[in-house]
Amino acid sequence: MSVSVRIPTILRTYTDGAAEVKGEGATLRDVLQKLDADFPGIGARILDETGNLRRFVNVYVGEEDVRFIDGLDTVTPDGVQVSVIPAVAGG
Amino acid sequence: MALATAEITTSNDFGPAVALSCRECGTRYDLGPTFACIECFGPLEVAYTWNSPDFDGTAPVTREQIAAGPANIWRYRALLPVPVDVGVKPNLAPGWTKLVKVDNLARELGLRSLHVKDDSGNPTHSFKDRVVAIALEAARTFGFHTLSCSSTGNLAGAVTAAAARAGLDACVFIPADLEQPKIVMASVYGGRLVGIQGTYDEVNRFCSELIGDPLGDRWGFVNVNLRPYYAEGSKTLAYEIAEQLGWRVPDQIVIPVASGSQLTKVDKGFKELIRLGLVEDKPYKIFGAQAEGCSPVSAAYKAGRDVVQPVKPDTIAKSLAIGNPADGPYVLDIARRTGGAVEDVTDAEIVDAIRLLARTEGIFGETAGGVTVGVLRKLVDKGLLDPAAETVVLNTGDGLKTLDAVSAEARPTAVIRPSLDAFRTAVVENS
Repeated sequence: MSVSVRIPTILRTYTDGAAEVKGEGATLRDVLQKLDADFPGIGARILDETGNLRRFVNVYVGEEDVRFIDGLDTVTPDGVQVSVIPAVAGG
Repeated sequence: MALATAEITTSNDFGPAVALSCRECGTRYDLGPTFACIECFGPLEVAYTWNSPDFDGTAPVTREQIAAGPANIWRYRALLPVPVDVGVKPNLAPGWTKLVKVDNLARELGLRSLHVKDDSGNPTHSFKDRVVAIALEAARTFGFHTLSCSSTGNLAGAVTAAAARAGLDACVFIPADLEQPKIVMASVYGGRLVGIQGTYDEVNRFCSELIGDPLGDRWGFVNVNLRPYYAEGSKTLAYEIAEQLGWRVPDQIVIPVASGSQLTKVDKGFKELIRLGLVEDKPYKIFGAQAEGCSPVSAAYKAGRDVVQPVKPDTIAKSLAIGNPADGPYVLDIARRTGGAVEDVTDAEIVDAIRLLARTEGIFGETAGGVTVGVLRKLVDKGLLDPAAETVVLNTGDGLKTLDAVSAEARPTAVIRPSLDAFRTAVVENS
């Protein structure tokens, strides 16, 4: 599946400054693997040593925070937007 | 991009602050408009001269110098990331709110000594004026022209008011279904108020994306790219409580938890006062308070987890309705380290507690105040809080902002003709 991935400012050094890049994969896990192949090193910024999402990063597939659905196994339909966003406090 | 165009400044603009430091991995950064660690996404916080291993133990200010300062948060400017002349610039000069000894409420709850730190007395009637005042100074230093935020309501009003006073533009973002008084407060000061169709967490996500876009160029989002500075404002609650108690840290304190930032910074404030020798080194317990309809931190605490699972909020305590609290893990750490706890109360208990505080002490708190007082009562009932110890509970906002919460039961005792007979029959003989 072809998807678009929005890159947060602090990771744009990996993408030559691009705020949005093309991605590919049937699940979020696949998309992040392909992302790391295209932009080496970016995967380790999003995932921790055990392969899980880092505690202070939020990832959305479309409008949904993946922690509410299937995490890294969340399905990424064709054309969907994946957003990687640092957690911030509010309110 | 906002992050690229803003200049890094010298530490003189930030008083005793020397760097930003990642709370997770300790990586250090120059003082700039940034908030997340490039290495691990961890939150950045302000590090000071006294955090250095070489610190000689000399406090940058004395109790007497603080006491001689203005009756607002700038009396603590030597402990904050602000320039020395911060007090002369146009700002709302918040803080130095009342610490009220509440004997009637203490009796009702079976406590020996209880105080309410009543932050409804701030310029826009919530504690948010404290944090915004620090963020405003950082925005000025970085040369931002627009002050912005994602908000559950109180922050939006604090930002638009501070921007008006400082002569900056404002553009603030709120969930569209917010309480009407908060919408009025946020819009009356001018600037742009944008309602987003979604929850606070969705508003927050939107702002995080806006900050990396040219549309948000040279904008200071007080709780995003200025968050390390903004969050320090909550330390002033700890400073004031200690000073108002006669330079003493309370034995136990109950603090509301939305993102968890305030609770972590009150803890930081107490620790700093101890490290700098401004108060005696003694243990204290910190308790977190949430609404049951948005209690991800309380749930994690009770389950013994150190990971906070996000929730979709559903509570009348909208100022605490953050389902994905960024500082939640630190709240858990602090509650466990100090011997406190995190507890939650239902919406009905929140309303009861608002009325209890109003009825016993004449303090009309907003729903977040109902949450803290309700949790205080629950902690006492459960035996988790020592009734003989000196206790402080925070009321972080004004009840006039959340009138809907109590309006269902608000009506006259009686409506009568203007006659003594009618009064005797309808009121005196009926009570």
